[in-house]
Amino acid sequence: MIDPKTLAQHNLTREELDLIVELLGREPNLTELGIFSAMWSEHCSYKSSKVWLKTLPTGGRNVVQGPGENAGILDIGDGQAVVFKIESHNHPSFIEPFQGAATGVGGILRDIFTMGARPIAVLNSLHFGPPVSPRNRAVMEGVVSGISSYGNSIGVPTVGGEVVFDEVYALNPLVNVFSLGLADKDKIFYARTEAVGNAILYVGAKTGRDGIHGASMASQEFGEETEHKRPNVQVGDPFKEKLLLEACLEVMDRGLIVGIQDMGAAGLTCSTTEMPAKSGQGVAIDLDLVPQREKGMTPYEIMLSESQERMLIAARPDQVKAVREVFAKWDLDAVEIGKVTGDGRLTCRFRGEIVVDVPVHAVVDLCPMYRRPWQAPTEPLPAAAKADIPLPADPGRVLFDLLASPTIASKEWIFRQYDHMVQDNTAFLPGADAAVLRIKGSKKALAMTLDSNARMTSLAPRTGGALAVAEACRNLACVGARPIGVTNCLNFGNPEKPEVMWQFKEVVEGMSEACRAFEIPVTGGNVSFYNDTEGVSIHPTPVLGVVGLIADLDRAVRPGFRAAGDVVILLGESREDFGGTEYLRTVRGTAAGPAPTLDLDREKAVQEVCLRAAEAGWLESAHDLSEGGLAVAAAECAFHSAGGLGCEIEIGVDLRPDAALFGETPSRILVTVKPGRRSALLGLAGELGVPAAVLGTVREKALRFSAQGRVIVDAAVRDARAVWTDAIPRFFDAG
Amino acid sequence: MKFGVVVFPGSNCDADAYHVCAGVLGQPTVWLWHKDHDLKGVDCVILPGGFSYGDYLRSGAIARFSPLMREVGEFAERGGLVLGICNGFQVLLELGLLPGAMLRNKRLKFLCRHVTIRVENAATRFSNRAAAGRVLSIPIAHFDGNYYAPPDTLDEIEAAGQVVFRYAEADGTLSEEANVNGSLHAIAGLTNRRGNVLGMMPHPERAAEAVLGSTDGRVIFDSLLAGA
Repeated sequence: MIDPKTLAQHNLTREELDLIVELLGREPNLTELGIFSAMWSEHCSYKSSKVWLKTLPTGGRNVVQGPGENAGILDIGDGQAVVFKIESHNHPSFIEPFQGAATGVGGILRDIFTMGARPIAVLNSLHFGPPVSPRNRAVMEGVVSGISSYGNSIGVPTVGGEVVFDEVYALNPLVNVFSLGLADKDKIFYARTEAVGNAILYVGAKTGRDGIHGASMASQEFGEETEHKRPNVQVGDPFKEKLLLEACLEVMDRGLIVGIQDMGAAGLTCSTTEMPAKSGQGVAIDLDLVPQREKGMTPYEIMLSESQERMLIAARPDQVKAVREVFAKWDLDAVEIGKVTGDGRLTCRFRGEIVVDVPVHAVVDLCPMYRRPWQAPTEPLPAAAKADIPLPADPGRVLFDLLASPTIASKEWIFRQYDHMVQDNTAFLPGADAAVLRIKGSKKALAMTLDSNARMTSLAPRTGGALAVAEACRNLACVGARPIGVTNCLNFGNPEKPEVMWQFKEVVEGMSEACRAFEIPVTGGNVSFYNDTEGVSIHPTPVLGVVGLIADLDRAVRPGFRAAGDVVILLGESREDFGGTEYLRTVRGTAAGPAPTLDLDREKAVQEVCLRAAEAGWLESAHDLSEGGLAVAAAECAFHSAGGLGCEIEIGVDLRPDAALFGETPSRILVTVKPGRRSALLGLAGELGVPAAVLGTVREKALRFSAQGRVIVDAAVRDARAVWTDAIPRFFDAG
Repeated sequence: MKFGVVVFPGSNCDADAYHVCAGVLGQPTVWLWHKDHDLKGVDCVILPGGFSYGDYLRSGAIARFSPLMREVGEFAERGGLVLGICNGFQVLLELGLLPGAMLRNKRLKFLCRHVTIRVENAATRFSNRAAAGRVLSIPIAHFDGNYYAPPDTLDEIEAAGQVVFRYAEADGTLSEEANVNGSLHAIAGLTNRRGNVLGMMPHPERAAEAVLGSTDGRVIFDSLLAGA
């Protein structure tokens, strides 16, 4: 009889247990309960989110594989496909920052190469508490070292991403890792068993007691006892994974296997149920044959371990020997632990006895799905009246304060710890609007970016969801890339709270609307709920990963100013949008709204102007306006220029000067062109109905902004750059 | 010139070196598997960057015991050309084909960035196409690149002109700031006494195509080809 305590430890409800008993026709034993608990956890089953995720657009002519596999796949032409996905590793990274982040990288890479693709890029979206606190610094340093250690060793470049700082992440940092791989379109592999009698091989690292119950841990709120969960966090071995990567790609390339799945969350349980379930078959395995790192492991521990760097392979019996030879060459275990059966069940033997006998379909597909109650918050979100925001006496001071804000400041201290060039594809160094990688043997290039805007999302979830999509696409437009597909990582609080569920619903609807407007398919993603520590939820934080294609890398555009005398033009319209801005937070210490409104038609038109101008070769530089508005965007263009160029800009008198300089109206891009291209660009903008204003020119050495001829900001680029560059290192490199 | 790129378990710049030798330079290039005892008749052996055996012990300390390293040692002894890049440099130090050792970078962090290095000796098989004093922009990516050797050894290698590259400012001057990892004498690359073995921390294979931001690394390969 399963007592309430055991049930609670497995994070299952009484109703869920009743359903399991009905599906089995008997009460599950403890190992079977563990199997259901892992597979029916929020992390594996998406039971609270699936009803909403199903509303996202997933179709498109270029879609080879949509949601439901290890990663999404898009056709990029010339017989090639990109395989990409994003995953959260928030909970493990809070408990043990280094290993949590490291295994986050390891996990997402396995998702990519298990499909037959060689991972060529990693990006990450990191949210931390402000670095002023030593504890936040320790978490940040651990996470950055963990990513660096794993990614650098395995040899996949970490080419970009975002790092955001806000109090709400102090006790619940977010570590979302994205990876993209390149595959031959005709050599893609899936989690299948294919035919009865095929061999089931266990390959890679040995199984230990680490990570038992990781999936259910990621599906609970944290409290003071979180410290005790450290043994639940897995330990990564990038060297082992490098061998596994090479061995797996080799057996795939030689056509020696029929199916493969990574043992990530829920380990052996997940792979031995999902693979046969997708083929309508079963699997019978002998747990005594599973390579084990520790003595005396129980069936429960073997099935639920989340030891890293392991895969499950299905191969034809006549190819087992060849598979084993490849793995032996790479000094890895490859052990036949069972067979594919026709009975639709997972049966596990242990010391001669059957210890697990469950229908795989029930485990994989019959977890109850919930349409959890949702409710908009009854208290209106705080709004700041413009009258309450005094005009800054010294806008130059404000600009420097913004440049020193960790969210805006240079992330060089972080990305220099990542090998961002290995594999010889990195065309744009980190810090550009989007990462750009060349495709060897082709004129084409891939661009990718991760974007979130949690502060806006907390003020207006629906707008925030749409804004994150729009901003990601805008970042791609700035480098000259057209978006081809989306993945997402949705980080939220406890879905059992109706306000959180409301945020989730609103965000998904906003994202859906924006993806439809851009006609880009969502090929998969990840949901991380229960980002609550001691009862406090994080901001709703949808992180969008958008992949784009550049037809001709020679036409890709960089953010840095190119030459003095170039004309500075702002595409899009500025309004007095203060809500949720970095300006308000830095100067007024408040995150009040309202969030700006987003017009998707306008957004698309602005991006189209930028893209066509880039494709025509007119643009000297392009940079998205985001946190810190026009002034920060112009400063960043100066910092990215070679030779310390600045600019002279006239902001006009239509708006309050602080709104013109620091407001965060969406759908705006700052571009520069040679004087001879000016009228062509303005003509194109006019044709597409996009407001375009000539603001000034690129100049040597100074950042100068004036309002109707009166200079209101006059700063040396060198000084501004020093503030921006030193803001993060000064917390770490003291002394 | 026939190049051979050694693959240790954990090598991760092997494909990049292969790409540059075969794809960019158009030279015959072969893989050399660490467990074999066959150099396949190559003219130049490249020990690539990466984390051989995970570098969980000292960097390069285990790779030096790979079966193929016996042949590489004999090849070097006969005057064969050996280029060790990054982890390959560390392996050469562990093998004793080059003097000295590597410590952690001075700021105790992994460091990936473009650096500028000054050509100190333009009369080697690896630098004959670059004028002495020329400054090259080539990326580094390492944790253990802080070169160390005892004072006597430093005197010897300096006197013998074995220092081929030094970390320097873009204008060629030496500075503590430019010596990003804290190497003694700002050494970024050095040869053995005979001049047929070069170890360097910067990655010339990452600076051989304009699309990647610099072609300065080409001069090392061009020098090898010029002497062939």
